[in-house]
Amino acid sequence: MPAAAATPDHAIWKLAAIGTLAGIFSGLFGVGGGTIIVPLLIFWFAYGERLATGTSLAAIVLIGLLGAIAQGGIYGNVHFRTGVLLAIPAIGGVLLGTAIQQRIPQRAVSYLFAALLVAIAVELILS
Amino acid sequence: MDELAAVLICVFGGLAGGLVGVGGGVLFVPALTIFIGLNQVEAESTSLLMIVLVAIVGAYRQNGYGNVRVREALIIGALSPLGVWIGVTVANHVSERALQLSFAALALFMAAQLVRRANRLPTS
Repeated sequence: MPAAAATPDHAIWKLAAIGTLAGIFSGLFGVGGGTIIVPLLIFWFAYGERLATGTSLAAIVLIGLLGAIAQGGIYGNVHFRTGVLLAIPAIGGVLLGTAIQQRIPQRAVSYLFAALLVAIAVELILS
Repeated sequence: MDELAAVLICVFGGLAGGLVGVGGGVLFVPALTIFIGLNQVEAESTSLLMIVLVAIVGAYRQNGYGNVRVREALIIGALSPLGVWIGVTVANHVSERALQLSFAALALFMAAQLVRRANRLPTS
């Protein structure tokens, strides 16, 4: 799939809508914004799966930082040592995941994402 | 043993982040509550720290592969707190069950759209 064109200025409201929707779903369900960001970048901007997931991760860096700041007293609840120690295997996972993703067809990423969405839906229905 | 289970689940959380571009919190939070024994608020807060660390490394790698639009990511991220505020306000006025079922329906709809679209892609 050809790379999506650079976002024209008149489409910035769509990006703003994606950011707002991602925030709404985080606020409502505590699910990360990625669940919303990746499909909408694919549907609304014709991003390929790799571009959508990479851009989503970059947005999540900012969303996570702003979330921590917005929640103010959150630092009192963060177990820093546990978080940093468990982030080490998680970072190993993300390095492996991004490397695998470059070597599988983009459509496989869509199928994996669809499976994740179905799992989330089942969890929401059963909870 | 519990710590080992938490470590394994966190590897999978990171793997999901790299493969499909989510933060991994959907796995980090249960790992922290079930196997480390944190309460829900502590787990969500600690998960946020982990998500930021994982997303920094993941986005850095994806940027190296040419898969990040930085300006677009910044706009999306910058608008998210407005959405969180709207979401929390809505959650206080609508039944939680109705919200859960609505989002489940939306997730299933998006899953179907992704599969339909992917089925039409040329194999590459």
